[in-house]
Amino acid sequence: MVRAPGRRSGPDHRGRRRQPIGDCLLFNADDTDERYSVPDTLAWQGNAYVRTGTVLRSTLGEPLATVVANEVDRQDTIGGACSKESNTLRYGHHTLTEHACRDNFLAEGSRYDLGARDMVSNLNWFMNVPVEADGALGIVDGISGPGRRVAFRAEKDLLVLVSNCPQMNNPCNEFNPTPLRMIVTDPEEHR
Amino acid sequence: MTAVTHDQPGPQALSPQEEHRTDTVLAARDDARGRTGRRAEAMPYLPAASSPYVPAGVDPEGLVWAETVAGGNYTHKVVAAGTHVRLEDVEGTACAHLLLFNALEPWERLNVADTMKIPWQAYLGAGHPLLSGDGRVLATLVADDSGHHDGFCGSLSDAAAIAKYGACAPESASPSGRSLFTLAAAKHGLTPRDLPPSVSFFQGVRVEEDGTLTFTGSAGAGRSVELVAEMPLIVLVATSPHPLDPRPDYTNGMLRVHAWRGAPTAAGDPLRDTSPEIHRAYLNTADYLTARGL
Repeated sequence: MVRAPGRRSGPDHRGRRRQPIGDCLLFNADDTDERYSVPDTLAWQGNAYVRTGTVLRSTLGEPLATVVANEVDRQDTIGGACSKESNTLRYGHHTLTEHACRDNFLAEGSRYDLGARDMVSNLNWFMNVPVEADGALGIVDGISGPGRRVAFRAEKDLLVLVSNCPQMNNPCNEFNPTPLRMIVTDPEEHR
Repeated sequence: MTAVTHDQPGPQALSPQEEHRTDTVLAARDDARGRTGRRAEAMPYLPAASSPYVPAGVDPEGLVWAETVAGGNYTHKVVAAGTHVRLEDVEGTACAHLLLFNALEPWERLNVADTMKIPWQAYLGAGHPLLSGDGRVLATLVADDSGHHDGFCGSLSDAAAIAKYGACAPESASPSGRSLFTLAAAKHGLTPRDLPPSVSFFQGVRVEEDGTLTFTGSAGAGRSVELVAEMPLIVLVATSPHPLDPRPDYTNGMLRVHAWRGAPTAAGDPLRDTSPEIHRAYLNTADYLTARGL
């Protein structure tokens, strides 16, 4: 739980390797029916990528958080989370037993009475998903690096779910999950 | 109170009550029954075979759903696996927002991120599978003569509708897509928790190199898309402007829906083998339906 207003939290990764990925879902802590909305965030700003200044909007179109600092060119929110099931599509049925972000969301969400109905498209801190001119879209080599950071400020009291992506089959995290550091700053320090 | 019909207008302007004789139960019943057979521009056609707008090449007797939906409204239906659903932009100003749910387990539903990511293609077009978050194909987009669609922007939220048009409620002059989906979902026991990002048809968006989302509008009147249900589906459709529509007035024309009996995309159909990812998505769907005895 991250309290608002003016409170700032920031995933930050300092892995030994280059880039862990922080798959992230946001919920209004007081009413989890209001949750992060990719389309509202993108349509409101008229841009497909998340950068400094992006207001992360809810299903009601209201601000949940604002990206206040960002050390990579663009952050992804269109690539979605990996799941055991989508891994079977992307890589084959031999990957079904591997860990995946959607299961991490479901496991952590279950502590707050959230389930499959509450899973929506998410943020992918540090992931690189370009959309090419013909609509070709995919997860490619990262544009992040050791020690790069992003920070967002909660505009409402939030429930924040983060999965350090355990994917071992694609370049989002260089085929190798590494530690992701997350610092939540006491809002009192920012008054 | 004097009974006055529209065919015999009174000598002066009449209030609605004065146009109807409804002072007894039987009079009220007759008055209500007097409305039978009226037509509206937007309405469902029952039975579906009676549709005045049967698509070319479709057997009217096979129709299971025929409806004209007004802009700023919604429709919904549970359809059997194999049902073909055709959406037509009658006037070139429609924007049809679509959500699909597995009718047997509605927490399995359209996942826009996987629908774009798994086929390695953000822009919807003929042959594109609409995927759930459970690695299965809910429906296949089998025909498309528009090409102006969008998976990035969803439908209007309440806040966006208020900011742009001044109101968002379903009964207002500018319903948000979200408020319309909320009602459509409620008809199937679903709540706002059950509303993930949607896709929309007939108003296009393209992504520029810097990520700018450029609205490309409509491909023109009479364009259509056709989906095939790969499993029993709850289909929700909301008609409201695209969030990036630059027109200052709430612009959203009629949508025509026709659906007819057919078969799911069969093993051996080239659509199932357009890529290894899509091939496995159909395998997963078939596996699910087989185990359920469907």
